[in-house]
Amino acid sequence: MSVSLSTRQVGDVTVVDVEGRITLGEGSSALRDTIRQLVSNGQKKILLNLGSVSYIDSSGIGELVSGFTTVTNSGGQLKLLNLTKRVKDLLQITKLYTVFDIAESEASAVRSFE
Amino acid sequence: MERYLDSTLDSVDSAEELALGVAKRAGFREEDLIKIGMAVRESVVNAVAHGNRYNQNKKVQFRVERNGAKLTVRVADEGEGFDFECVPDPVAPENLMRASGRGIFLIRSFMDEVQLRRLDPGGTEIILVKYVTAQ
Repeated sequence: MSVSLSTRQVGDVTVVDVEGRITLGEGSSALRDTIRQLVSNGQKKILLNLGSVSYIDSSGIGELVSGFTTVTNSGGQLKLLNLTKRVKDLLQITKLYTVFDIAESEASAVRSFE
Repeated sequence: MERYLDSTLDSVDSAEELALGVAKRAGFREEDLIKIGMAVRESVVNAVAHGNRYNQNKKVQFRVERNGAKLTVRVADEGEGFDFECVPDPVAPENLMRASGRGIFLIRSFMDEVQLRRLDPGGTEIILVKYVTAQ
């Protein structure tokens, strides 16, 4: 399996632990399905933990953007946690690094949700 | 080295493996190998998904060659071709939140030279070049 996603609750924040590859196909669609499911369940505070993401392609980056838009449009917030150097570099190249709210500590990320 | 790859996502892994094998022997550093691998993957994804649209009757022509310090990768599909001049700039403020359209931008970011052209009677060809730099 290219990607594995699991969700857990920290207070009223839903943390999604993502492990593996977010690429065109299974990886991207699994991330999309998970975010859409959380939004349809009424979750407003979503923290994507990308610390175990080994690879992401342009489709995966697009999925992060789509997820951000989906959550924002529903009145919620989506933040990113634990970016690997590779993911961070790609977000910087694509000028998305400043678009996302990015945290390096889960505790501070959870506290930062309004 | 030349291969005719099926129009499936499995071909993306095959192409990356072939290109990185040649690139490693050419002496590219790890950082450049990552860039080459990603550029190749994005190119073959474009050929499989957007060019050939996963049509099992169409192939992706993949060629990788090394000439001294120069690595050249060619990817060609048999699709209808597309107007790559019209792809919006993905880092323009008005396009930042688009869900797609970053593939060619990333390829250009990672390689030293990139050429795109429409093929006659159909299809799109992309040629990627990267040079081994001194350690």
